[in-house]
Amino acid sequence: MSLFDVFNVTGSAMSAQSQRLNVVASNLANADSVTSSDGQPYKAKQVVFSAVPVGNDNATGVTVQKVVDDPSPPQMVYKPQHPLADANGYVAMPNVNVVDEMVNMISASRSYQTNVDTMNAAKTMMMKALTIGQ
Amino acid sequence: MPSGLNELLNMQESALKVREARQELLASNIANADTPNYKARDINFSQTLQQVSQSRPGMKAALPLTVTSDAHQAGKPGGALAGAAQFRNDQQGSIDGNDVDIDKERMQFADNGVRYEASVTLITAQIHNMLAVLQN
Repeated sequence: MSLFDVFNVTGSAMSAQSQRLNVVASNLANADSVTSSDGQPYKAKQVVFSAVPVGNDNATGVTVQKVVDDPSPPQMVYKPQHPLADANGYVAMPNVNVVDEMVNMISASRSYQTNVDTMNAAKTMMMKALTIGQ
Repeated sequence: MPSGLNELLNMQESALKVREARQELLASNIANADTPNYKARDINFSQTLQQVSQSRPGMKAALPLTVTSDAHQAGKPGGALAGAAQFRNDQQGSIDGNDVDIDKERMQFADNGVRYEASVTLITAQIHNMLAVLQN
């Protein structure tokens, strides 16, 4: 039944958006992490969404295809007293752009809300359909 | 004018089917508002309703694909709604190739939902009419 597919579609979108929110949270949390397990400064991560068929061929959900590292270079900050400073006194800071991440966060949370609304509307329609003949 | 009791509700039933399929497509558009290269799809309601109400079950069976090897896929016979979903293609996409206009989609979604509920109300009213005829 078509309306049950709406639940699958919005559910997949909600899980994809919350994964995006997870990535934003880890980017913001690590905005000042100058080193990591491989000795390099933290690299900002971004999710890549992809459309995926759900149920019959008309319904199209969303999935996170992959999580990619931001290829932009690390920000060099002049801190000669820092233990990780190079010969010129510069420390490589993560390439996280905090403003971009905040925008991403708001966008993800709005998209999540939109999908919750969609699911509720579909639920109202199904409840209405159950009243046929009463 | 409908000739039989069961034909009375056929039209509304087809309308509900198309409304449901359209709701599903609109939900897919809303869900994929952030997906790169996704193109918005929609159903032309009046055209599809004609198509669906003309193809009653049992009138014409879909022809199966001829299979000459085990490796061939059997194919899926298209239902009455096959080919009804079409790309919207009415506005310029953003730079990531996505052309979903979220405001328009939400408006259409709400509109379609209200019309669905209107159809349900109509069906209930018709059932009550039938009951009134039967009881008097």
